[in-house]
Amino acid sequence: MKLTSDTSAITHINGLCAPMMINDIDTDIIIPAQYLTQTSKSGYGQHAFSRLKQADPGFILNQPHYQRAKVLITGDNFGCGSSREHAVWAIQELGFEAIIAPSFADIFSNNARKNGLVLIQKPMSICKQLAAQSIETPQTIEIDLLNSKAHTSDIHFDFVINSFFQHCITQGYSELDYLMAHQSQINKHKTLAKNSRLFLHTAEEIGVTS
Amino acid sequence: MKRNIVEKIWQQHVVKEKAGFPDVLAIDFALLHEVTSAQAFKMIEDQGLTIHNPNAFLATVDHSIPTRKNRHEIFDLTAKNQIDLLRHNCKKHGIPICDVGSQHQGIVHVIGPELGITQPGMTLVCGDSHTATHGAFGTLAFGIGTSTLTQVFAAGAILMNQPKVMQVNFSGTLAEDVFAKDMIMFLIAQIGIGGATGHVIEYTGSAVRDLTMEQRMTLCNMSIECGAIAGLIAPDETTYRYIKGRTYAPKNSEWQQAIKHWKSLCSDADCCYDQIVELNIDQLKPMVSWGTNPEQAIQINEIIPSRSNHNTDSLDYVQLQAEQELAGTNIDWAFVGSCTNGRIEDLRVVAEILNNQQIAPHVTMYIVPGSEQVMQQAKDEGLEIIFKQAGADFRMPGCSMCLGMNDDKVPSGSRCISTTNRNFIGRQGTGSITHLASPATVAHSALAGFITTNNAQSQTTQQEAS
Ligand code: SF4
Repeated sequence: MKLTSDTSAITHINGLCAPMMINDIDTDIIIPAQYLTQTSKSGYGQHAFSRLKQADPGFILNQPHYQRAKVLITGDNFGCGSSREHAVWAIQELGFEAIIAPSFADIFSNNARKNGLVLIQKPMSICKQLAAQSIETPQTIEIDLLNSKAHTSDIHFDFVINSFFQHCITQGYSELDYLMAHQSQINKHKTLAKNSRLFLHTAEEIGVTS
Repeated sequence: MKRNIVEKIWQQHVVKEKAGFPDVLAIDFALLHEVTSAQAFKMIEDQGLTIHNPNAFLATVDHSIPTRKNRHEIFDLTAKNQIDLLRHNCKKHGIPICDVGSQHQGIVHVIGPELGITQPGMTLVCGDSHTATHGAFGTLAFGIGTSTLTQVFAAGAILMNQPKVMQVNFSGTLAEDVFAKDMIMFLIAQIGIGGATGHVIEYTGSAVRDLTMEQRMTLCNMSIECGAIAGLIAPDETTYRYIKGRTYAPKNSEWQQAIKHWKSLCSDADCCYDQIVELNIDQLKPMVSWGTNPEQAIQINEIIPSRSNHNTDSLDYVQLQAEQELAGTNIDWAFVGSCTNGRIEDLRVVAEILNNQQIAPHVTMYIVPGSEQVMQQAKDEGLEIIFKQAGADFRMPGCSMCLGMNDDKVPSGSRCISTTNRNFIGRQGTGSITHLASPATVAHSALAGFITTNNAQSQTTQQEAS
């Protein structure tokens, strides 16, 4: 299937690592609820990780050097908690293009993929090694998304990312286009469902109107 | 081939399967609220797309709205703008909305089941991680982000890989004063907050069968707190009884057809699961969280664990000592409400404990019904009077103090015992400290002024005070 291209393709990420080896960074830490009354997709970066930033002047994201970091190295279960996509937007607004961690929460992973934020899952030992190295001397990492390889000055590794995502990001293809290409099949499926397994009455009947 | 309920529902909703690609999965219904929808409306408009079927959606306002009497006045201008925008978007796209003033307004996960929208075998989504609540009906229900909502708007389908399935089997019988809330907190404490990542949980076992629908919703609600995509329970007579007669529910001749379909969904005997967890709850005591994530929780007779690298920040934040009892810890606030425990059965449990008693003078207690319907019922049953006489504040429906994005916040440094689902740092307001517990435990603690699950203890305190 030929998909239309609406975003620019990304095949390489090349930038500074920011080590933040904390486990279970939840979405309330990434962007607290009080900032969620905004209705735009931007303006969240300035509030990202605000509690950690306020609590510790030495926190990694307070250090001027890391303001231009592109790859976040972090702990287990990153992005757990709420479904707020604002968490992904906030992280991207800080300039991050990829995150490397031992594991990611599911909804966060989905949201990241849809926004072209690359998540790379590697065992804790590698994440720790990358972080330790970065703390010693700030490290630049080069991520090759086409060949699923990455390296810093002395750590080289392969990774596996979702193949469909890899296809979309490296070719600049849009997920939504892929989905919309199935519209007539989806409609047919829905008509069948209505006749066999879906028993919902419509909103007009219940008097809830817009 | 033997299949579990998740595999069955999945198969019925797959429109297209292709190797190397995610499945195209049909979505039957989506619920909307003000926080996660605005950007999705904008995205479809920007792309020149339209909503595929406005009747497959229902919106409500719950997160940002005030819970005081006059809810039409919103002082926070960005919150007001967000709510107005949802109203505008719903009107423009023809999506029904349960606005304040409508008899159906309430927390999105309370009104879906209440209206009979949530039915077995459906796929149901919402831009909200506690969408798993609807799994209580044997519905495959999960939270999605705003971009995925855009896909549902435009196509009525999403792209997703088939999830793994974990069976959590609860055997035994709950003791008195122990509830579904304690069961799910027990599971999370056992397997950890990432314990079910990548999985949908099917809850099975006699202890689950014994639960009422509202208790089942509490159980499924917190599935996300152990990382699960969703949690569900196969439908049975309890499910059918709850759905029958509700507004969106099947009527007349359809009803038999529906029941036949729903019964066919149950997992086959000897089907496979990717993981199985067995828990017996005969000896389970009420659970209370002590830390800053839901796995940091203990049974009331246990002590807070020893200090370790893993929990030292949490202990410092909540200002508690390792290896001490959690029971007896002084509280400033008590909160009953949320999509976890803001339903009528929860309020009845609380009313029974508060009846003819007064909450401790230093405690502020908010009781916030999950919906207009719950509020009305609480009034009709005389619960409101009990709450008021006890000195609690019975408020208008909404998410309220579950998350700090409306006027209801736990002040910085204050300690709150709460029926909600997350004790993340600052969740209930900047600097707030949260202890998660069941409605019964919250009510007992409100009376005593400290964390307790013991009625006798709270009554003694009452007598001493008077
Ligand atoms: S009550 Fe709390 S958890 Fe439930 S939908 Fe509202 S904010 Fe989310």
